[in-house]
Amino acid sequence: MKKMTRLLSTLAVTATALLALAGCGQNQSSNADTVAQIKKAGEIKIAVFGDLQPYGWIDQSGKRVGYDLTLARKLAKDLGVKAKFVQVNADGRVDALKAGKVDLVLANFTVTPDRKEVVDFAKPYMQVSVGVVSKKTAPVTKVSQLAGKDVIVTKGTTAEQYFTEKQKAVTLQKYDSKTQQFNALKNDRAAALADDNSYLYAWVKNNPTYTVGIKTLGPSSYIAPAVKKGNKALLKWVNQEITKLNGNGFFKTDYEQTLAPYFGRDIQPEDIIITK
Amino acid sequence: MAHSGISILFEGQNFHRLLAGFGVTLRVAVIVLLIGGALGVVLGALRTLNRRWLQVLLRGYLEVFRIVPTVVLLFVVYYIVPQAFGLNLSGEAVAIVTFALWTAAEMSDIVRGALIAVPRHQLEAAEALGLDRTQQFRYVLLPQALPIALPGTINLATRIIKTTSLLLMISVMDIVNVGQTLVEANAHKHPAFAFWVYGTMFVMYYVLCAPLSWWAKHTEKKRLEVANG
Repeated sequence: MKKMTRLLSTLAVTATALLALAGCGQNQSSNADTVAQIKKAGEIKIAVFGDLQPYGWIDQSGKRVGYDLTLARKLAKDLGVKAKFVQVNADGRVDALKAGKVDLVLANFTVTPDRKEVVDFAKPYMQVSVGVVSKKTAPVTKVSQLAGKDVIVTKGTTAEQYFTEKQKAVTLQKYDSKTQQFNALKNDRAAALADDNSYLYAWVKNNPTYTVGIKTLGPSSYIAPAVKKGNKALLKWVNQEITKLNGNGFFKTDYEQTLAPYFGRDIQPEDIIITK
Repeated sequence: MAHSGISILFEGQNFHRLLAGFGVTLRVAVIVLLIGGALGVVLGALRTLNRRWLQVLLRGYLEVFRIVPTVVLLFVVYYIVPQAFGLNLSGEAVAIVTFALWTAAEMSDIVRGALIAVPRHQLEAAEALGLDRTQQFRYVLLPQALPIALPGTINLATRIIKTTSLLLMISVMDIVNVGQTLVEANAHKHPAFAFWVYGTMFVMYYVLCAPLSWWAKHTEKKRLEVANG
Protein backbone atom coordinates (compact mmCIF):
# COMPACT_ATOMS: atom_id res chain seq x y z
CA MET A 1 0.00 0.00 0.00
CA LYS A 2 2.73 2.37 1.02
CA LYS A 3 4.66 1.52 -2.11
CA MET A 4 1.59 2.16 -4.22
CA THR A 5 0.99 5.57 -2.66
CA ARG A 6 4.58 6.56 -3.26
CA LEU A 7 4.38 5.46 -6.85
CA LEU A 8 1.18 7.39 -7.45
CA SER A 9 2.59 10.55 -5.92
CA THR A 10 5.69 10.24 -8.12
CA LEU A 11 3.52 9.96 -11.19
CA ALA A 12 1.33 12.85 -10.11
CA VAL A 13 4.34 15.10 -9.56
CA THR A 14 5.79 14.19 -12.96
CA ALA A 15 2.50 14.79 -14.74
CA THR A 16 2.03 18.16 -13.04
CA ALA A 17 5.56 19.20 -13.96
CA LEU A 18 4.97 18.27 -17.61
CA LEU A 19 1.68 20.17 -17.73
CA ALA A 20 3.26 23.21 -16.15
CA LEU A 21 6.04 23.11 -18.70
CA ALA A 22 3.60 22.71 -21.57
CA GLY A 23 1.64 25.72 -20.35
CA CYS A 24 4.45 28.24 -20.43
CA GLY A 25 5.39 27.74 -24.03
CA GLN A 26 2.65 29.67 -25.81
CA ASN A 27 4.52 32.90 -26.33
CA GLN A 28 5.01 32.70 -30.08
CA SER A 29 5.29 36.13 -31.62
CA SER A 30 3.03 36.24 -34.64
CA ASN A 31 4.41 39.40 -36.17
CA ALA A 32 7.92 38.13 -36.82
CA ASP A 33 8.95 38.22 -40.45
CA THR A 34 9.25 34.48 -40.83
CA VAL A 35 9.85 34.71 -44.56
CA ALA A 36 12.93 36.84 -43.95
CA GLN A 37 14.08 34.34 -41.32
CA ILE A 38 13.76 31.46 -43.78
CA LYS A 39 15.65 33.42 -46.42
CA LYS A 40 18.35 34.20 -43.90
CA ALA A 41 18.62 30.53 -42.87
CA GLY A 42 18.86 29.61 -46.55
CA GLU A 43 16.49 26.68 -46.23
CA ILE A 44 12.82 25.98 -45.72
CA LYS A 45 11.86 22.87 -43.76
CA ILE A 46 8.93 21.12 -45.39
CA ALA A 47 7.01 18.14 -44.02
CA VAL A 48 6.27 15.60 -46.76
CA PHE A 49 5.09 12.02 -47.06
CA GLY A 50 7.61 9.37 -48.03
CA ASP A 51 5.26 6.49 -48.69
CA LEU A 52 2.41 7.95 -50.69
CA GLN A 53 2.73 7.42 -54.39
CA PRO A 54 2.20 9.57 -56.45
CA TYR A 55 2.04 12.57 -54.06
CA GLY A 56 5.10 12.15 -51.91
CA TRP A 57 7.38 9.12 -52.26
CA ILE A 58 10.98 8.15 -52.95
CA ASP A 59 12.11 6.84 -56.32
CA GLN A 60 14.80 4.32 -57.10
CA SER A 61 17.64 6.80 -57.06
CA GLY A 62 16.61 7.81 -53.55
CA LYS A 63 15.08 11.10 -54.68
CA ARG A 64 11.88 12.40 -53.16
CA VAL A 65 9.31 12.85 -55.94
CA GLY A 66 5.57 13.36 -56.46
CA TYR A 67 2.91 16.03 -56.88
CA ASP A 68 3.57 17.58 -53.47
CA LEU A 69 7.33 17.39 -53.93
CA THR A 70 7.25 19.19 -57.28
CA LEU A 71 5.26 21.95 -55.63
CA ALA A 72 7.58 21.99 -52.62
CA ARG A 73 10.69 22.41 -54.78
CA LYS A 74 8.98 25.14 -56.81
CA LEU A 75 8.10 27.05 -53.64
CA ALA A 76 11.64 26.75 -52.30
CA LYS A 77 13.07 27.84 -55.64
CA ASP A 78 10.82 30.89 -55.88
CA LEU A 79 11.70 31.76 -52.30
CA GLY A 80 15.37 31.49 -53.24
CA VAL A 81 16.23 28.88 -50.61
CA LYS A 82 16.98 25.18 -50.37
CA ALA A 83 14.19 22.77 -49.46
CA LYS A 84 14.86 20.50 -46.51
CA PHE A 85 12.39 17.64 -46.36
CA VAL A 86 11.18 16.05 -43.14
CA GLN A 87 9.28 12.83 -43.66
CA VAL A 88 6.09 12.59 -41.59
CA ASN A 89 3.17 10.24 -41.09
CA ALA A 90 -0.40 11.50 -41.34
CA ASP A 91 -0.83 12.00 -37.60
CA GLY A 92 2.50 13.79 -37.22
CA ARG A 93 1.66 16.72 -39.52
CA VAL A 94 0.00 19.05 -37.01
CA ASP A 95 2.54 18.41 -34.27
CA ALA A 96 5.45 18.88 -36.66
CA LEU A 97 4.20 22.44 -37.26
CA LYS A 98 3.29 23.15 -33.64
CA ALA A 99 6.68 21.98 -32.41
CA GLY A 100 8.46 24.03 -35.07
CA LYS A 101 9.98 20.94 -36.67
CA VAL A 102 8.95 22.30 -40.06
CA ASP A 103 7.96 25.65 -41.59
CA LEU A 104 5.45 24.24 -44.03
CA VAL A 105 3.43 21.06 -44.51
CA LEU A 106 2.96 19.82 -48.07
CA ALA A 107 1.78 16.31 -47.31
CA ASN A 108 -1.62 15.92 -48.89
CA PHE A 109 -3.03 17.88 -45.97
CA THR A 110 -6.83 18.13 -46.15
CA VAL A 111 -8.40 21.31 -44.73
CA THR A 112 -10.82 20.57 -41.86
CA PRO A 113 -12.44 22.86 -39.26
CA ASP A 114 -10.61 21.06 -36.45
CA ARG A 115 -7.24 21.44 -38.11
CA LYS A 116 -7.94 25.09 -38.90
CA GLU A 117 -7.98 25.73 -35.18
CA VAL A 118 -4.45 24.43 -34.72
CA VAL A 119 -2.70 25.35 -37.98
CA ASP A 120 -3.15 27.98 -40.67
CA PHE A 121 -3.97 26.74 -44.15
CA ALA A 122 -2.96 28.58 -47.29
CA LYS A 123 -4.99 28.56 -50.52
CA PRO A 124 -5.84 24.99 -51.57
CA TYR A 125 -4.14 23.34 -54.54
CA MET A 126 -6.22 20.15 -54.79
CA GLN A 127 -9.74 18.96 -54.05
CA VAL A 128 -10.77 15.52 -52.85
CA SER A 129 -13.43 13.73 -50.88
CA VAL A 130 -13.58 10.51 -48.93
CA GLY A 131 -14.01 7.39 -51.06
CA VAL A 132 -14.43 3.74 -50.18
CA VAL A 133 -12.54 0.93 -51.88
CA SER A 134 -13.61 -2.70 -51.74
CA LYS A 135 -13.18 -5.97 -53.60
CA LYS A 136 -14.76 -6.12 -57.04
CA THR A 137 -16.29 -9.44 -56.07
CA ALA A 138 -18.00 -7.88 -53.03
CA PRO A 139 -18.31 -4.20 -53.94
CA VAL A 140 -19.49 -1.66 -51.42
CA THR A 141 -21.49 0.98 -53.29
CA LYS A 142 -23.58 2.46 -50.50
CA VAL A 143 -22.39 3.45 -47.07
CA SER A 144 -25.38 1.65 -45.53
CA GLN A 145 -23.77 -1.65 -46.60
CA LEU A 146 -21.03 -1.03 -44.06
CA ALA A 147 -23.22 -0.98 -40.95
CA GLY A 148 -21.80 -3.38 -38.39
CA LYS A 149 -18.79 -4.15 -40.57
CA ASP A 150 -15.11 -3.30 -40.27
CA VAL A 151 -13.61 -0.46 -42.30
CA ILE A 152 -9.88 0.27 -42.53
CA VAL A 153 -8.59 3.82 -42.08
CA THR A 154 -5.28 5.52 -41.30
CA LYS A 155 -5.09 7.43 -38.04
CA GLY A 156 -5.30 11.19 -38.40
CA THR A 157 -6.95 11.17 -41.85
CA THR A 158 -10.14 12.84 -43.02
CA ALA A 159 -11.66 9.40 -43.56
CA GLU A 160 -11.08 8.44 -39.93
CA GLN A 161 -12.74 11.63 -38.77
CA TYR A 162 -15.70 11.32 -41.13
CA PHE A 163 -16.50 7.76 -40.08
CA THR A 164 -15.98 8.46 -36.39
CA GLU A 165 -18.40 11.41 -36.46
CA LYS A 166 -20.94 10.53 -39.12
CA GLN A 167 -21.00 6.73 -39.46
CA LYS A 168 -21.14 5.40 -35.95
CA ALA A 169 -22.56 2.04 -37.02
CA VAL A 170 -19.24 1.22 -38.69
CA THR A 171 -16.38 -0.40 -36.77
CA LEU A 172 -13.05 1.24 -37.60
CA GLN A 173 -9.71 -0.51 -37.85
CA LYS A 174 -7.08 2.18 -37.46
CA TYR A 175 -3.55 1.92 -38.83
CA ASP A 176 -0.46 4.07 -38.54
CA SER A 177 0.60 4.29 -42.17
CA LYS A 178 -0.66 3.94 -45.71
CA THR A 179 1.55 0.88 -46.10
CA GLN A 180 -0.18 -0.85 -43.23
CA GLN A 181 -3.72 0.08 -44.24
CA PHE A 182 -3.44 -1.22 -47.80
CA ASN A 183 -1.75 -4.41 -46.59
CA ALA A 184 -4.61 -4.92 -44.14
CA LEU A 185 -7.14 -4.61 -46.96
CA LYS A 186 -5.24 -7.08 -49.12
CA ASN A 187 -5.14 -9.50 -46.20
CA ASP A 188 -8.95 -9.28 -45.97
CA ARG A 189 -8.94 -7.78 -42.51
CA ALA A 190 -12.07 -5.76 -43.28
CA ALA A 191 -14.90 -5.31 -45.77
CA ALA A 192 -13.57 -2.03 -47.14
CA LEU A 193 -11.03 0.76 -46.78
CA ALA A 194 -11.84 4.47 -46.63
CA ASP A 195 -9.43 7.22 -47.58
CA ASP A 196 -9.27 10.28 -49.83
CA ASN A 197 -10.63 9.26 -53.23
CA SER A 198 -7.54 10.63 -54.96
CA TYR A 199 -5.36 7.92 -53.38
CA LEU A 200 -7.91 5.28 -54.10
CA TYR A 201 -8.17 6.13 -57.82
CA ALA A 202 -4.44 5.60 -58.05
CA TRP A 203 -4.39 2.49 -55.93
CA VAL A 204 -7.11 0.61 -57.84
CA LYS A 205 -5.37 1.30 -61.12
CA ASN A 206 -2.62 -1.02 -59.89
CA ASN A 207 -4.86 -3.31 -57.92
CA PRO A 208 -7.53 -4.08 -60.50
CA THR A 209 -9.32 -6.66 -58.36
CA TYR A 210 -10.51 -3.77 -56.19
CA THR A 211 -12.91 -0.95 -57.04
CA VAL A 212 -13.74 2.48 -55.67
CA GLY A 213 -17.40 1.57 -55.08
CA ILE A 214 -18.18 4.85 -53.35
CA LYS A 215 -16.44 7.74 -55.14
CA THR A 216 -17.54 10.60 -52.92
CA LEU A 217 -18.77 10.47 -49.37
CA GLY A 218 -19.54 13.49 -47.26
CA PRO A 219 -18.56 16.99 -48.33
CA SER A 220 -15.82 17.73 -50.83
CA SER A 221 -12.67 18.89 -49.15
CA TYR A 222 -9.53 20.74 -50.11
CA ILE A 223 -5.86 20.03 -49.86
CA ALA A 224 -3.69 22.98 -48.96
CA PRO A 225 -0.26 23.90 -47.68
CA ALA A 226 -0.25 24.56 -43.94
CA VAL A 227 1.92 26.75 -41.74
CA LYS A 228 2.17 27.11 -37.98
CA LYS A 229 -0.76 28.95 -36.42
CA GLY A 230 -0.03 32.67 -36.52
CA ASN A 231 2.81 32.47 -39.03
CA LYS A 232 1.28 35.32 -41.05
CA ALA A 233 4.25 36.30 -43.16
CA LEU A 234 4.82 32.83 -44.58
CA LEU A 235 1.08 32.27 -45.03
CA LYS A 236 0.77 35.47 -47.06
CA TRP A 237 3.76 34.55 -49.20
CA VAL A 238 2.44 31.03 -49.90
CA ASN A 239 -0.99 32.42 -50.83
CA GLN A 240 0.54 34.82 -53.33
CA GLU A 241 2.67 32.04 -54.73
CA ILE A 242 -0.28 29.65 -55.21
CA THR A 243 -2.23 32.40 -57.01
CA LYS A 244 0.75 33.00 -59.25
CA LEU A 245 1.23 29.28 -59.97
CA ASN A 246 -2.47 28.90 -60.78
CA GLY A 247 -2.11 31.75 -63.24
CA ASN A 248 0.77 30.22 -65.15
CA GLY A 249 -0.61 26.67 -65.35
CA PHE A 250 1.96 25.16 -63.02
CA PHE A 251 -0.48 22.77 -61.39
CA LYS A 252 -1.70 21.37 -64.69
CA THR A 253 1.90 20.60 -65.69
CA ASP A 254 2.54 19.12 -62.25
CA TYR A 255 -0.58 16.95 -62.67
CA GLU A 256 0.45 15.75 -66.13
CA GLN A 257 3.94 14.86 -64.93
CA THR A 258 3.30 13.29 -61.56
CA LEU A 259 -0.34 12.25 -61.27
CA ALA A 260 -1.65 11.43 -64.76
CA PRO A 261 0.45 8.26 -65.16
CA TYR A 262 -1.12 6.88 -61.98
CA PHE A 263 -4.79 7.63 -62.55
CA GLY A 264 -7.21 5.92 -64.88
CA ARG A 265 -8.22 7.73 -68.05
CA ASP A 266 -11.63 8.54 -66.61
CA ILE A 267 -10.02 11.01 -64.22
CA GLN A 268 -9.45 14.55 -65.53
CA PRO A 269 -6.96 17.10 -64.17
CA GLU A 270 -9.93 19.27 -63.19
CA ASP A 271 -11.25 16.47 -60.96
CA ILE A 272 -8.27 16.99 -58.72
CA ILE A 273 -6.51 20.29 -59.26
CA ILE A 274 -7.96 23.72 -58.71
CA THR A 275 -7.59 25.98 -61.70
CA LYS A 276 -9.10 29.17 -60.39
CA MET B 1 6.76 -13.05 -59.35
CA ALA B 2 9.08 -13.52 -56.41
CA HIS B 3 12.26 -13.17 -58.44
CA SER B 4 11.09 -9.84 -59.87
CA GLY B 5 10.84 -8.64 -56.29
CA ILE B 6 14.37 -9.48 -55.24
CA SER B 7 15.93 -7.81 -58.29
CA ILE B 8 14.34 -4.49 -57.30
CA LEU B 9 16.21 -4.69 -54.03
CA PHE B 10 19.45 -4.18 -55.94
CA GLU B 11 18.19 -1.60 -58.46
CA GLY B 12 19.29 2.01 -58.23
CA GLN B 13 20.06 3.16 -54.70
CA ASN B 14 17.60 0.79 -53.05
CA PHE B 15 19.96 -1.56 -51.25
CA HIS B 16 22.34 1.23 -50.42
CA ARG B 17 19.46 3.11 -48.78
CA LEU B 18 18.46 0.10 -46.72
CA LEU B 19 22.04 -0.23 -45.52
CA ALA B 20 22.14 3.48 -44.70
CA GLY B 21 18.93 3.03 -42.70
CA PHE B 22 20.51 0.12 -40.88
CA GLY B 23 23.50 2.35 -40.17
CA VAL B 24 21.20 4.89 -38.52
CA THR B 25 19.62 2.12 -36.42
CA LEU B 26 23.03 0.86 -35.39
CA ARG B 27 24.46 4.30 -34.64
CA VAL B 28 21.54 5.26 -32.41
CA ALA B 29 21.64 1.92 -30.58
CA VAL B 30 25.38 2.08 -29.90
CA ILE B 31 25.38 5.70 -28.68
CA VAL B 32 22.34 5.01 -26.51
CA LEU B 33 23.97 1.96 -24.98
CA LEU B 34 27.19 3.88 -24.20
CA ILE B 35 25.51 6.93 -22.66
CA GLY B 36 22.58 5.13 -21.04
CA GLY B 37 24.81 2.30 -19.83
CA ALA B 38 27.31 4.61 -18.14
CA LEU B 39 24.56 6.69 -16.55
CA GLY B 40 22.78 3.51 -15.46
CA VAL B 41 25.88 2.15 -13.71
CA VAL B 42 26.22 5.35 -11.71
CA LEU B 43 22.54 5.44 -10.82
CA GLY B 44 22.54 1.74 -9.97
CA ALA B 45 25.49 2.19 -7.61
CA LEU B 46 23.75 5.19 -6.00
CA ARG B 47 20.67 3.07 -5.42
CA THR B 48 22.61 0.69 -3.17
CA LEU B 49 23.51 3.57 -0.85
CA ASN B 50 21.49 4.06 2.30
CA ARG B 51 19.95 7.43 1.52
CA ARG B 52 16.17 7.42 1.72
CA TRP B 53 15.48 10.50 -0.46
CA LEU B 54 17.89 9.24 -3.12
CA GLN B 55 16.19 5.85 -3.12
CA VAL B 56 12.76 7.39 -3.58
CA LEU B 57 13.98 9.73 -6.33
CA LEU B 58 15.78 7.06 -8.34
CA ARG B 59 13.03 4.53 -7.82
CA GLY B 60 10.52 7.09 -9.11
CA TYR B 61 12.72 7.73 -12.15
CA LEU B 62 12.90 4.01 -12.88
CA GLU B 63 9.16 3.50 -12.50
CA VAL B 64 8.27 6.42 -14.76
CA PHE B 65 10.52 5.24 -17.56
CA ARG B 66 9.44 1.64 -17.13
CA ILE B 67 5.70 2.31 -17.02
CA VAL B 68 5.34 5.01 -19.68
CA PRO B 69 5.61 3.40 -23.13
CA THR B 70 8.76 4.38 -24.99
CA VAL B 71 6.77 5.76 -27.91
CA VAL B 72 4.99 8.20 -25.56
CA LEU B 73 8.35 9.33 -24.19
CA LEU B 74 9.54 9.91 -27.75
CA PHE B 75 6.48 12.00 -28.60
CA VAL B 76 6.82 14.07 -25.43
CA VAL B 77 10.46 14.89 -26.13
CA TYR B 78 9.99 15.37 -29.89
CA TYR B 79 6.74 17.38 -29.91
CA ILE B 80 5.96 18.73 -26.43
CA VAL B 81 9.41 19.79 -25.21
CA PRO B 82 10.02 22.14 -28.19
CA GLN B 83 6.68 23.86 -27.56
CA ALA B 84 7.39 24.16 -23.86
CA PHE B 85 11.06 25.21 -23.86
CA GLY B 86 11.84 26.12 -27.44
CA LEU B 87 14.47 23.40 -27.29
CA ASN B 88 14.31 21.93 -30.76
CA LEU B 89 16.44 18.85 -31.33
CA SER B 90 16.64 16.75 -34.47
CA GLY B 91 14.76 13.46 -34.53
CA GLU B 92 17.93 11.48 -34.03
CA ALA B 93 19.08 13.60 -31.09
CA VAL B 94 15.63 13.23 -29.49
CA ALA B 95 15.86 9.48 -29.97
CA ILE B 96 19.28 9.32 -28.36
CA VAL B 97 18.31 11.45 -25.36
CA THR B 98 15.04 9.62 -24.74
CA PHE B 99 16.41 6.14 -25.25
CA ALA B 100 19.49 6.90 -23.15
CA LEU B 101 17.29 8.01 -20.25
CA TRP B 102 15.17 4.90 -20.63
CA THR B 103 18.26 2.67 -20.90
CA ALA B 104 19.79 4.32 -17.83
CA ALA B 105 16.63 3.54 -15.85
CA GLU B 106 16.63 -0.12 -16.88
CA MET B 107 20.40 -0.36 -16.47
CA SER B 108 20.28 1.08 -12.96
CA ASP B 109 18.00 -1.75 -11.92
CA ILE B 110 20.30 -4.38 -13.42
CA VAL B 111 23.35 -2.86 -11.70
CA ARG B 112 21.57 -2.47 -8.37
CA GLY B 113 20.39 -6.07 -8.54
CA ALA B 114 23.89 -7.29 -9.36
CA LEU B 115 25.49 -5.29 -6.56
CA ILE B 116 23.13 -6.50 -3.85
CA ALA B 117 23.38 -10.06 -5.16
CA VAL B 118 26.99 -10.22 -4.00
CA PRO B 119 26.81 -11.95 -0.59
CA ARG B 120 27.13 -9.62 2.37
CA HIS B 121 29.87 -11.65 4.03
CA GLN B 122 32.15 -10.89 1.08
CA LEU B 123 32.08 -7.21 1.97
CA GLU B 124 32.43 -7.94 5.66
CA ALA B 125 35.47 -10.11 4.94
CA ALA B 126 36.94 -7.32 2.82
CA GLU B 127 36.41 -4.87 5.64
CA ALA B 128 38.03 -7.27 8.08
CA LEU B 129 41.04 -7.39 5.76
CA GLY B 130 41.30 -3.63 6.07
CA LEU B 131 40.19 -2.59 2.57
CA ASP B 132 38.67 0.88 2.39
CA ARG B 133 35.35 1.53 0.66
CA THR B 134 36.85 2.23 -2.77
CA GLN B 135 39.00 -0.87 -2.55
CA GLN B 136 36.03 -2.93 -1.43
CA PHE B 137 34.12 -1.70 -4.48
CA ARG B 138 37.01 -2.12 -6.89
CA TYR B 139 38.41 -5.50 -5.78
CA VAL B 140 35.49 -7.32 -4.19
CA LEU B 141 32.14 -5.95 -5.29
CA LEU B 142 32.80 -5.13 -8.94
CA PRO B 143 34.50 -8.37 -10.04
CA GLN B 144 31.64 -10.39 -8.59
CA ALA B 145 28.81 -8.09 -9.69
CA LEU B 146 29.94 -7.76 -13.31
CA PRO B 147 29.24 -11.35 -14.38
CA ILE B 148 25.82 -11.11 -12.74
CA ALA B 149 24.99 -7.88 -14.58
CA LEU B 150 26.34 -8.94 -17.97
CA PRO B 151 23.51 -11.17 -19.28
CA GLY B 152 20.87 -8.61 -18.35
CA THR B 153 22.89 -5.85 -20.00
CA ILE B 154 23.27 -7.79 -23.23
CA ASN B 155 19.55 -8.51 -23.28
CA LEU B 156 18.92 -4.81 -22.73
CA ALA B 157 21.12 -4.10 -25.76
CA THR B 158 18.99 -6.31 -27.98
CA ARG B 159 15.88 -4.60 -26.64
CA ILE B 160 17.34 -1.21 -27.51
CA ILE B 161 18.15 -2.34 -31.03
CA LYS B 162 14.63 -3.61 -31.57
CA THR B 163 12.99 -0.57 -30.00
CA THR B 164 14.75 1.73 -32.51
CA SER B 165 12.03 0.63 -34.93
CA LEU B 166 9.87 3.25 -33.17
CA LEU B 167 12.07 5.97 -34.63
CA LEU B 168 9.98 6.10 -37.78
CA MET B 169 7.32 7.82 -35.65
CA ILE B 170 9.57 10.85 -35.20
CA SER B 171 10.81 11.26 -38.77
CA VAL B 172 14.12 9.43 -38.33
CA MET B 173 15.05 7.52 -41.48
CA ASP B 174 15.91 4.25 -39.72
CA ILE B 175 15.82 0.89 -41.48
CA VAL B 176 12.08 0.35 -40.96
CA ASN B 177 11.21 3.82 -42.26
CA VAL B 178 13.41 3.38 -45.33
CA GLY B 179 11.97 -0.09 -45.84
CA GLN B 180 8.41 1.22 -45.84
CA THR B 181 9.19 3.91 -48.39
CA LEU B 182 10.82 1.26 -50.58
CA VAL B 183 7.82 -1.05 -50.28
CA GLU B 184 5.42 1.76 -51.06
CA ALA B 185 7.38 3.04 -54.06
CA ASN B 186 7.22 -0.41 -55.66
CA ALA B 187 4.11 -1.97 -54.14
CA HIS B 188 1.86 -1.16 -57.09
CA LYS B 189 3.91 -2.93 -59.74
CA HIS B 190 5.66 -5.53 -57.61
CA PRO B 191 3.60 -6.56 -54.57
CA ALA B 192 6.07 -9.39 -53.84
CA PHE B 193 8.80 -6.82 -53.23
CA ALA B 194 7.49 -6.15 -49.71
CA PHE B 195 8.46 -9.71 -48.79
CA TRP B 196 12.07 -9.09 -49.79
CA VAL B 197 12.31 -5.76 -48.02
CA TYR B 198 10.91 -7.10 -44.76
CA GLY B 199 12.99 -10.25 -45.26
CA THR B 200 16.15 -8.16 -45.55
CA MET B 201 15.20 -6.21 -42.44
CA PHE B 202 14.62 -9.49 -40.62
CA VAL B 203 18.07 -10.77 -41.60
CA MET B 204 19.77 -7.52 -40.59
CA TYR B 205 18.09 -7.40 -37.18
CA TYR B 206 18.75 -11.10 -36.71
CA VAL B 207 22.44 -10.86 -37.57
CA LEU B 208 22.74 -8.11 -35.00
CA CYS B 209 20.63 -9.54 -32.20
CA ALA B 210 21.11 -13.30 -32.41
CA PRO B 211 24.83 -13.29 -31.46
CA LEU B 212 24.06 -10.93 -28.57
CA SER B 213 21.30 -13.20 -27.39
CA TRP B 214 23.58 -16.23 -27.65
CA TRP B 215 26.32 -14.37 -25.78
CA ALA B 216 23.92 -13.48 -22.96
CA LYS B 217 22.86 -17.12 -22.60
CA HIS B 218 26.46 -18.28 -22.72
CA THR B 219 27.70 -15.86 -20.04
CA GLU B 220 24.79 -16.69 -17.77
CA LYS B 221 25.54 -20.38 -18.07
CA LYS B 222 29.22 -19.83 -17.41
CA ARG B 223 28.49 -17.66 -14.39
CA LEU B 224 26.22 -20.29 -12.89
CA GLU B 225 28.86 -22.94 -13.48
CA VAL B 226 31.45 -20.83 -11.68
CA ALA B 227 29.07 -19.88 -8.88
CA ASN B 228 27.70 -23.34 -8.25
CA GLY B 229 30.78 -25.34 -9.05
